[in-house]
Amino acid sequence: MNVIFALVYEFFKTGLFAVGGGLATLPFLYDIASRYAWLDISIMSDMIAISESTPGPIGVNMATYCGYNAGFSAGGIGLGIFAGLAATLALVLPSLITILIVARILDKFQSSTLVDNAFKGLRPAVCGLIASAALSVFSSACLEVDLFKASGSFASLFDIKALVLFALLFAVNKKIKLHPVFIIIPAAIAGIIFEM
Amino acid sequence: MKLLWDLFFTFARIGGFTFGGGYAMLPMIQNEVVERKKWASEEEVMNYYAVGQSTPGVIAVDTATFIGYKQAGVWGAIFATLGVITPSFFIITEIAAFIRNFLENEAVAHALAGINVAVAVLVISAVINLWKKGVKNLFGICMFAIGFAISVFTNWSPIVVVVLAIISGIAYGKAVERKAGDGK
Repeated sequence: MNVIFALVYEFFKTGLFAVGGGLATLPFLYDIASRYAWLDISIMSDMIAISESTPGPIGVNMATYCGYNAGFSAGGIGLGIFAGLAATLALVLPSLITILIVARILDKFQSSTLVDNAFKGLRPAVCGLIASAALSVFSSACLEVDLFKASGSFASLFDIKALVLFALLFAVNKKIKLHPVFIIIPAAIAGIIFEM
Repeated sequence: MKLLWDLFFTFARIGGFTFGGGYAMLPMIQNEVVERKKWASEEEVMNYYAVGQSTPGVIAVDTATFIGYKQAGVWGAIFATLGVITPSFFIITEIAAFIRNFLENEAVAHALAGINVAVAVLVISAVINLWKKGVKNLFGICMFAIGFAISVFTNWSPIVVVVLAIISGIAYGKAVERKAGDGK
């Protein structure tokens, strides 16, 4: 039951402070994973992939996925389902309350210089937060940090297969704007063929 | 009551058939809400989206809450919000439960290793887009660096960064206004 309380508390906070939609919740999820044993940092990349390639808002998908896994590791499938529901509702509750307030003062909110100024600081800072999450995602996918620490040899830091695939996908994604699914599926096939 | 369920199922359809969230949902919302149901004008939806970006939480949820509230008050907001998250809940729970059984499978492990690379590409591309939209001057670069550094080198909560950034933004805006005032 402790897991449920912690999930509700943490995801309510995330919903309240993650401004800018979807991926803005990512730094919060890394933060949660670093503080609690029931959320494993190794599921993060799978979680992002699944959230981007299934229907629904990404932030909601990630909350459900985190909640399920946290609940599952604490007490099996039943607790997993309940925990997924709890995390999801906790994430959207602050949105619901905020919007109900803002809806009454919509015109004032949109023309407020205070809100405008706050965003001059918020937008780049949130970009910095997500960049840090991106660094974690990149290093878990393309670098062998543990191997490097063990051997001390710089060459062992790089996962060559992964880096080549990264460069290739990055170039394609920059050239033609594809839906995430069409980046994820070829990468999965490449992973199987080249035994990554 | 009929309107409440209509809100629920319309937003469940939107949640269940749009992949990718955020801006990927906009065409679907326009089609369902503006053209079919006539619950809001195109301009209103764009406004809700803009506000969704500048308030906490998931943008699609914010938009659902807005339209639900406008149509049927607080209960409308609740039904529309529950509608947009319901498909996610069922789909993700199924997948999360399913994938756990296959994590030991070697082919699945290789596929996931490949997928992790794709995710790195997607997240880094998203950061580049956010940088282009949000980092406009030296102040922006400083805020980016502070957010990044705190996140990488400390174990402080991202909340610290968010609060700090809001205060800095307001102070910076005030300073710019004062300078512009002096110039006159």
